[in-house]
Amino acid sequence: MTTHYFNDIGVMLGRSMRHIFRSMDTIITVTIMPIMFMLLFVYVFGGAIQTGTDNYVNYLLPGILLMAISSGIAYTSYRLFMDMQRGIFERFHSMPMARSAPLWGHVLTSLVSNAISVLVIILVALIMGFRSSAGILSWLAVASILALFTLALTWIAVIAGLSAKSVDGAGAFAYPLIFLPFISSAFVPTETMPSFVRAFAENQPVTSIVDAIRALLSNQPVGNDIWIALAWCVGIMLVAYIFAMRVYKKRA
Amino acid sequence: MLNSSIQVKGLQKSYKELHVLNGVDFEVEKGSVFALLGSNGAGKTTIVKILTTLLKQDGGTAAVNGFDVAAKPDDVRQSISLTGQFAAVDEILTGRENLIMIAKLRHLKNPHQIADDLLDRLSLTDAADRSVSTYSGGMRRRLDIAMSLIGNPQVIFLDEPTTGLDPEGRIEIWKIVQELANNGATVFLTTQYLEEAEQLADRIAILHEGKIIANGTLADLKKLFPPAKVEYVEKQPTLEEIFLAIIGKKEIKQQ
Repeated sequence: MTTHYFNDIGVMLGRSMRHIFRSMDTIITVTIMPIMFMLLFVYVFGGAIQTGTDNYVNYLLPGILLMAISSGIAYTSYRLFMDMQRGIFERFHSMPMARSAPLWGHVLTSLVSNAISVLVIILVALIMGFRSSAGILSWLAVASILALFTLALTWIAVIAGLSAKSVDGAGAFAYPLIFLPFISSAFVPTETMPSFVRAFAENQPVTSIVDAIRALLSNQPVGNDIWIALAWCVGIMLVAYIFAMRVYKKRA
Repeated sequence: MLNSSIQVKGLQKSYKELHVLNGVDFEVEKGSVFALLGSNGAGKTTIVKILTTLLKQDGGTAAVNGFDVAAKPDDVRQSISLTGQFAAVDEILTGRENLIMIAKLRHLKNPHQIADDLLDRLSLTDAADRSVSTYSGGMRRRLDIAMSLIGNPQVIFLDEPTTGLDPEGRIEIWKIVQELANNGATVFLTTQYLEEAEQLADRIAILHEGKIIANGTLADLKKLFPPAKVEYVEKQPTLEEIFLAIIGKKEIKQQ
């Protein structure tokens, strides 16, 4: 059966990618809110924010990308919940196929669809004046961090999707994640915040991830930020993965 | 019984405090249609889930196609297909895409050809390239059953295949089940309706309070019924009879 493992995951990925391309609203909804925030912050608040750089789009983009991914993974939850609800998982599990293939199909779909959202937002940012002097290796590093961040949040989404009792519940967990960038270095430097907010902002995962991506895109030394960022992503991913698999074995 | 497709002995299952199955025993002969009759909540779906490896029993044994469901679930899954109580079809894909997906997951050659054949067999060719969300209840059920036929499984489980269908849809499903039986597959179906069991099954078992309280052919069971009394009753046609008379599909009912 292991010989068919990748075939089965491929079929499942094809299935949910079709879902996404047939209802483009999932990509549009996921990209439109971060783009609106980007417009708002650059053209309305941006003039009043002192970041020490002359290009605020460059400063803002990493946080906007994280925000897009945080809202994108809510759809993974939703799709998983619908599959459980409609009984199609029962069909798959009574068939001679790899047992975890339906789950991995959703996880890969999350990676691919979030990558599309990220590309769309970067294109809009380019139009708004985003410029990067980063080389190919730095871009690869940025892509890897974003992919790890997506995977970490996707496994949290899997737990939510599998244990939710209603459609609304399946997506609700994403809201705090979407707003996490506001209390971080994503929009303004943390130095301006009162001490207790600043303590939270500087020690939560978004700040180190944002700082690492920002440094990579502007060709600055990344320092320790990249290791802290990677540690957060891998740590969250592993813990969420273990819990998600436990729930999957129990519920599906 | 050497010739049995399904063997169930002393099956037990509880959900927390609730004892759903209290020692269920039965066998299903190869190539026959077996109907499990019981009211809502009697535990029919629990039995189906155990036999299709979706749920583990608390006690007793069950074997499908000679394989123990707990010890050899992969072999059981190779031999069976399940059509659950709610049409487990992908709403966003088309009918054809649903069939191709299942054929690919069963690792069969020519998934497109298999899809074409089944669409034709279950009269879904016209709707093949439409999204399933536009299908009627009966069409969904037919697609659901078509998906279950891919790979010619030896044992086919149908959990309440006609619940929620209109009379016309129900008769279509009856026809399909009869065809399956004629082709040599073993069919295990659950139903709430005695009439449906009568129409389709070679043997009928009645599940009540977690036990099989009767098991036999229709003739066997009829001996257990209270003796027939002759009464004169003025009978109004049922809505179903009126409906069938109007759309002119009465011939199927009289079989």
